[in-house]
Amino acid sequence: MQNTTHQDGFDCDGLTLWRGDRCLFSELSFQIGAGAAALIRGPNGSGKTSLLRVVCGLSPPEEGAVHWMGKGIQQQRQAYAKALAYNGHTDGLNAELTPLENLAFFCALRGSEPASSVANLSGLGLDACAGLPVRALSAGQRRRAGLARVLAADARLWVLDEPFTNLDGEGRHYLTAQLLTHLGNGGMAVIASHQDLDVPAEQLLTITLGGAN
Amino acid sequence: MGQALLAVVRRDLRIAFRRLPDLASPLMFFAIVITLFPLAISPEPTVLREIGPGVLWVAALLATLLALNTLFRSDFDDGSLEQLALSTHPLPLLVFGKILAHWLISGVPLVVLSPLLALSYDLSLNTLQVLALALLIGTPTLSLLGSVGAALTAGVRQAGGLLALLVLPLMLPVLVFGARATTLAATGQDPAGPLYLLAALAVLAVTLGPFATAAAVRVSLE
Repeated sequence: MQNTTHQDGFDCDGLTLWRGDRCLFSELSFQIGAGAAALIRGPNGSGKTSLLRVVCGLSPPEEGAVHWMGKGIQQQRQAYAKALAYNGHTDGLNAELTPLENLAFFCALRGSEPASSVANLSGLGLDACAGLPVRALSAGQRRRAGLARVLAADARLWVLDEPFTNLDGEGRHYLTAQLLTHLGNGGMAVIASHQDLDVPAEQLLTITLGGAN
Repeated sequence: MGQALLAVVRRDLRIAFRRLPDLASPLMFFAIVITLFPLAISPEPTVLREIGPGVLWVAALLATLLALNTLFRSDFDDGSLEQLALSTHPLPLLVFGKILAHWLISGVPLVVLSPLLALSYDLSLNTLQVLALALLIGTPTLSLLGSVGAALTAGVRQAGGLLALLVLPLMLPVLVFGARATTLAATGQDPAGPLYLLAALAVLAVTLGPFATAAAVRVSLE
């Protein structure tokens, strides 16, 4: 294990996760270095979201460990939190607040500049609805606002759960461009998606869940 | 760190003021219970003076319990709680901010309203002051204890009954000492003893509560 642990990257080592009496995945290992993305595929219910939650450290795996920069994520919670931006299948936005207020809150928590989130909102075409409460937004607009939080976080590792769902063609294009820039700057990403990622093959690692096991 | 706490408090207060019905219903419940008892039992001032402190405290306890349901529910459902748990700040601190905001919108109005509502029980001015003081010390403890249960049941549908079952036993000491302090004041005795005990409970709850609640949040999110 010591030999395979990436000193400058992210790796999962022998992850096993059970839900009830069903084994979602066992002995799953993969690693990505700077500038690479992992795409997690698999049919519905195959454990993609569960794997992402393990990757974030929200749920502990039955066996195995997740390492960041060569160290277990539980041993460096704060450093890992700083490096991580997560967008789950819920977008993490309060329905009563506007997208801008939601983002300003998370920026305040991260200690980052709220100005960058404003720029991200306009890049994502949310100018017009930045003043509306999130409950008045469409599913696609919510997804965009959730992604704006990821973009504003200035994190090295993006963990995205079905980021392209509900996005229109232009939104997908924008997100893919942002992802490529992120990877180009040495960022990393773990993405669960049913869509193909428009990322060069040498930067992409595809993991398929829910096959033979 | 203080800034993160402040950001959480500000956010939760802002959300609360946009959902006024959620804010008002526990207070309405509090007011209704307190005004119904004299009508149902007896308009006799001696009887009212005797039951007043107990009724006020039971109503305050139940109103707090009602308000607790909303503490983590929406954050759990919309994924904000995950984001808080993944934040760079210690989760107990952020959770403390949420509890503080929750107390400001559910506990403080009880403290302010109670002397007014207690007027219908023919209590003396001194008793009203002691009642408000006891609630001021006691309601933070109720919010802190309740938050542990609210965090544990955040992912459970229709958790109201379960929440009551979990946290009511823990809240009983606050009820006992709070009602006792108010009764002592009503009968012209010194209420200092139960008030000190209430304060001790509050200190205990403030120091340990946020850590227990943060642990409960992590369990709920797993």
